[in-house]
Amino acid sequence: MTDALLRVEDLRVTFALRGEGDMPWTSPRLLHAVSGVSFDLAPGETLGIVGESGCGKSTLARALIQMVPATGRAIWQGRTDLLSLSPREMLRHRADIQMVFQDPLASLNPRMTVGQIIAEPLRTHQHGLGRDAVKARVQEMMDRVGLLPNQINRYPHEFSGGQCQRIGIARALIVRPKLLICDEPVSALDVSIQAQVINLLAELQRDLGLAMIFIAHDLSVVKHISDRVMVLYLGRTMEIAPRHDLYANPQHPYTQALLSAVPIPDPAAERAKHIIPLEGDLPSPLRPPSGCVFRTRCVRARSRCADEVPVLQGVDHRTACHFPGPAPALRAEPA
Amino acid sequence: MALLEITDLRVAFDTPDGTVNAVNGVTLSLDHGQTLGIVGESGSGKSQLAFAVMGLLAKNGRATGSVRLEGQEILNAPAAVINPIRARRIAMIFQDPMTSLNPYMRVADQMAEVLTLHMGMGKREAVDECIRMLDAVKIPDAKGRIRLYPHEFSGGMRQRVMIAMALLCRPEILIADEPTTALDVTVQAQIMALLAELRRDLRMATILITHDLGVVAGFCEEVMVMYGGQVMEKAPVDPLFAAPAHPYTRGLLRAIPRVDHHGADLDAIPGTPPNMTRAPKGCPFAPRCDYVRDACLDARVPLVEYEAGRFRACNRRVEELA
Repeated sequence: MTDALLRVEDLRVTFALRGEGDMPWTSPRLLHAVSGVSFDLAPGETLGIVGESGCGKSTLARALIQMVPATGRAIWQGRTDLLSLSPREMLRHRADIQMVFQDPLASLNPRMTVGQIIAEPLRTHQHGLGRDAVKARVQEMMDRVGLLPNQINRYPHEFSGGQCQRIGIARALIVRPKLLICDEPVSALDVSIQAQVINLLAELQRDLGLAMIFIAHDLSVVKHISDRVMVLYLGRTMEIAPRHDLYANPQHPYTQALLSAVPIPDPAAERAKHIIPLEGDLPSPLRPPSGCVFRTRCVRARSRCADEVPVLQGVDHRTACHFPGPAPALRAEPA
Repeated sequence: MALLEITDLRVAFDTPDGTVNAVNGVTLSLDHGQTLGIVGESGSGKSQLAFAVMGLLAKNGRATGSVRLEGQEILNAPAAVINPIRARRIAMIFQDPMTSLNPYMRVADQMAEVLTLHMGMGKREAVDECIRMLDAVKIPDAKGRIRLYPHEFSGGMRQRVMIAMALLCRPEILIADEPTTALDVTVQAQIMALLAELRRDLRMATILITHDLGVVAGFCEEVMVMYGGQVMEKAPVDPLFAAPAHPYTRGLLRAIPRVDHHGADLDAIPGTPPNMTRAPKGCPFAPRCDYVRDACLDARVPLVEYEAGRFRACNRRVEELA
């Protein structure tokens, strides 16, 4: 696959933590937020990344644009390794890779007007553009995301959460990026507004041929918008597969537990469904379990799982499990 | 007589920007052992309704109407009346377990306080009872962990501590305000299963306040849908989901992506929620409604029982909604 827009290989992010009582000579404790994640992203494709809090999904996204330091490789368009770029070189690529954040109001500068906010990436990345050209681009973009022309001189606090997220999307898209990274873009929004923003993102993606990395904890939202979905747990990929495959035929016990826990807005379906319980809590990322990190909560765990780290196996549908297979609930129940 | 009878409850807040009308005339009743879900988006008034019942409104809030607990009026009741009712008869759990627990107190001390204060128990007896309750909410090694501080628990475990604390005095009514919103989905499933089990064992009436229709579908017998401080629809859970009778409920159900379906585009509800400093004269949903008529904008639409047990506040007939 040389035609990948982005090819991530063995990406790792490690934070060194210093405790309060630490002496200057004690070595810091290492928190492995992302430990060896690899994936490809085709142009125009949407990859959904799901997982529970602390699984490393946001850190992974931030690492791709050097918001946090990482090791490994992230090959952009088969040529450049994004992780090894100098800040100056990274800046040049940032026009191609833009981000939309979770908290719509907090990610907008309260002292700038909407027009200034949306224009700022243009001023950073396209210096040659005249004042009128900038204004025209801003107006075009505002129209695109469903903001009214007369709102251009207003400040962020005058907008609702959904509208702020539209402003954030306009700001990201004005430089015509090839990849949009959305980190929980709708989780702060109300249900009725959430649908508006999801539809807007889907429509823009179709029209502009954008590739998207869509990070969310809500499996229903991710299913709706993604072509492929990757499931993370404690900084490692558990399973990655085309959307329909992953949701209809999950092979990893963690994916199965995660999917079974999603509440369904249908009382009959809710009563009939079988939740696969996950015992205990998420282990501390400071002391991840040996072998498969999920084994401490896994019903299928055997001694091999403690000794040997499972590698991702499969072609399109890849699973990192020593004992993959359909969920027990899908098999016939013994009488 | 119903266990809890709320009649024409209104809650308003005086703010520098004017009066915010958070709850605008809500009437409902709750029987022993019944489970009611209150669904609404932010600003729908669902939480303020519960705060008014518990006498927990902010200082600038005013509540009018009536809240009766087995006939006794408790709305705006003085502390001497409401304090024994809180915890002993009506208990509440909140969305964020970290900010609802005292970070400076060991779990043992803050839990035992409930029993020494409300039930007049001695400290040692109270701590023993707390350990039993932590066992009941399935906290492993309850005896050892009761000595810990809240920050030493995970989010899910903290919510279990909150639940245990709320149930210490065996309340007749439990009000759960977004109890799982801050939690991950697998932890949410654990907590909702626990609540369902406890509700059955203790025969508590439960009010579950949430924005998540999926959680309501799995947990409640009856559902009340709120918007702009008013009740849009109220019905038993099965018919409400199978045949929603209010345009807002329909809109909500069509706007949520589902893990068990794959659809094309979602049917988003256009527009934004109402600004509650200017309480609408008519139906609060009218500006966003596909079926709006002049009458909807002019006068308040009453909540009518149009079928046994099913209530709706809409000027259109059910058949008119496509």
